[in-house]
Amino acid sequence: MVATREQVLDWLHEVKDPEVPVVSVVELGVVRDVVVGPDSVRVDITPTYSGCPAMRVMEDEIVATLQQHGMTNVSVRTVFNEPWTTEWMTAAAREKLRAYGISPPLHLQDDHPTLVPLRRNVVIACPFCGSHTTTLRSEFGSTACKAIYTCNECRQPFDYFKAI
Amino acid sequence: MTEPASASVTEHAGARAAGPTAGDASNPLFEFLCRMGDDRLILGQRLAQWCGHAPILEEDIALTNFSLDFVGQAAAFLKLAGEAEGQGRDEDALAFLRDENAFRNAKLVELPNGDFAFTLVRQYFFDAWDVLLLDALSRSTHATLAGIAAKALKEAKYHVRHSAGWVLRLGDGTEESHRRTQQALNELWSYTGELFESDEVERALAADGVVPSFASLRAPWETAVRDLLAQATLVIPDDARVVTGGRRGRHTEYLGHMLAEMQILPRSHPGATW
Repeated sequence: MVATREQVLDWLHEVKDPEVPVVSVVELGVVRDVVVGPDSVRVDITPTYSGCPAMRVMEDEIVATLQQHGMTNVSVRTVFNEPWTTEWMTAAAREKLRAYGISPPLHLQDDHPTLVPLRRNVVIACPFCGSHTTTLRSEFGSTACKAIYTCNECRQPFDYFKAI
Repeated sequence: MTEPASASVTEHAGARAAGPTAGDASNPLFEFLCRMGDDRLILGQRLAQWCGHAPILEEDIALTNFSLDFVGQAAAFLKLAGEAEGQGRDEDALAFLRDENAFRNAKLVELPNGDFAFTLVRQYFFDAWDVLLLDALSRSTHATLAGIAAKALKEAKYHVRHSAGWVLRLGDGTEESHRRTQQALNELWSYTGELFESDEVERALAADGVVPSFASLRAPWETAVRDLLAQATLVIPDDARVVTGGRRGRHTEYLGHMLAEMQILPRSHPGATW
């Protein structure tokens, strides 16, 4: 079956990050390229975090999803030519995160672009009530990509999708 | 992982007979990539031993998150090492089917975890070095190595922020935390020199711009470390010894025990899958 690159990208929107099941691998920026040949398709992906256990799942689901759409010769290649950054996440994907209860990543220029400061003063908004008075509980959370915060207003604990 | 069991076993036996000898520079790229992978694999395994044992839940999660990053980085470097070697060994074969004397990690990372202060001082020494090394490697003439390093550098930056924060807090904390952190520093200082040692492997690769001069990382590392330790009210011991040998496969007695635990499953059940 012959498909266009656009069609394949459209189908790949069905593959979600298993740990953040509201954003697709395309919206997340994990899919770097799709190369459609006469009887094959190759999807290039890059890891979000080096040890992210969801990468293998996403890889398998990319293959399964494209096979469901009739592609038989599907390969997935991991590339490292540009390190993944949360800057690649679209505005729509950020809003989906917020609606899901995860505070979306700040833009890098607002966070820590190059320096490695010991103490930071970064304001993370509560995804539930929108308050800006929140407290970092742990920079490390349930997955490699998230930090744990608590909202001082509505008292709700929440995840922040870290900017890297 | 996808290889038939018999192939892995045969390769392992072959590696034991004809494996790299001490200080072997016949394939410097393979040697260097094993060092990169092994430092991360062994430190990642050590940090994973904190799972369920850290003093507070947040640190349990933090240390295991670090572990996950390091094991992931190790997989990328060891996969590339296998390709550089060209003998068909993948990252799993290198991680699980090599013996202790084929491991190229620095001795610093294989030491048992000790108390929380010991683990965090060791971590800070490693992270402060790692940021400098990965930053230099991200400009390597070897494109894939540069890409993996650039990815890992992002992680190293938050690692060092976290470990430095703890060294500062523990050193300049209570009497007890200060005492334990100073003791950790005294015990660990002589293990840091190995990170900066030059040898044939470095010279062969540095000539082509693949790696930086390891010794050139010493001055910026010491500046950062001395500054932080001073803030943490800790004193660098008067100890000029350099404990070395890990890069040539000569390890402390601790590594073998750890590998036995880490490797038993794939060695007892070759080719096993979930």
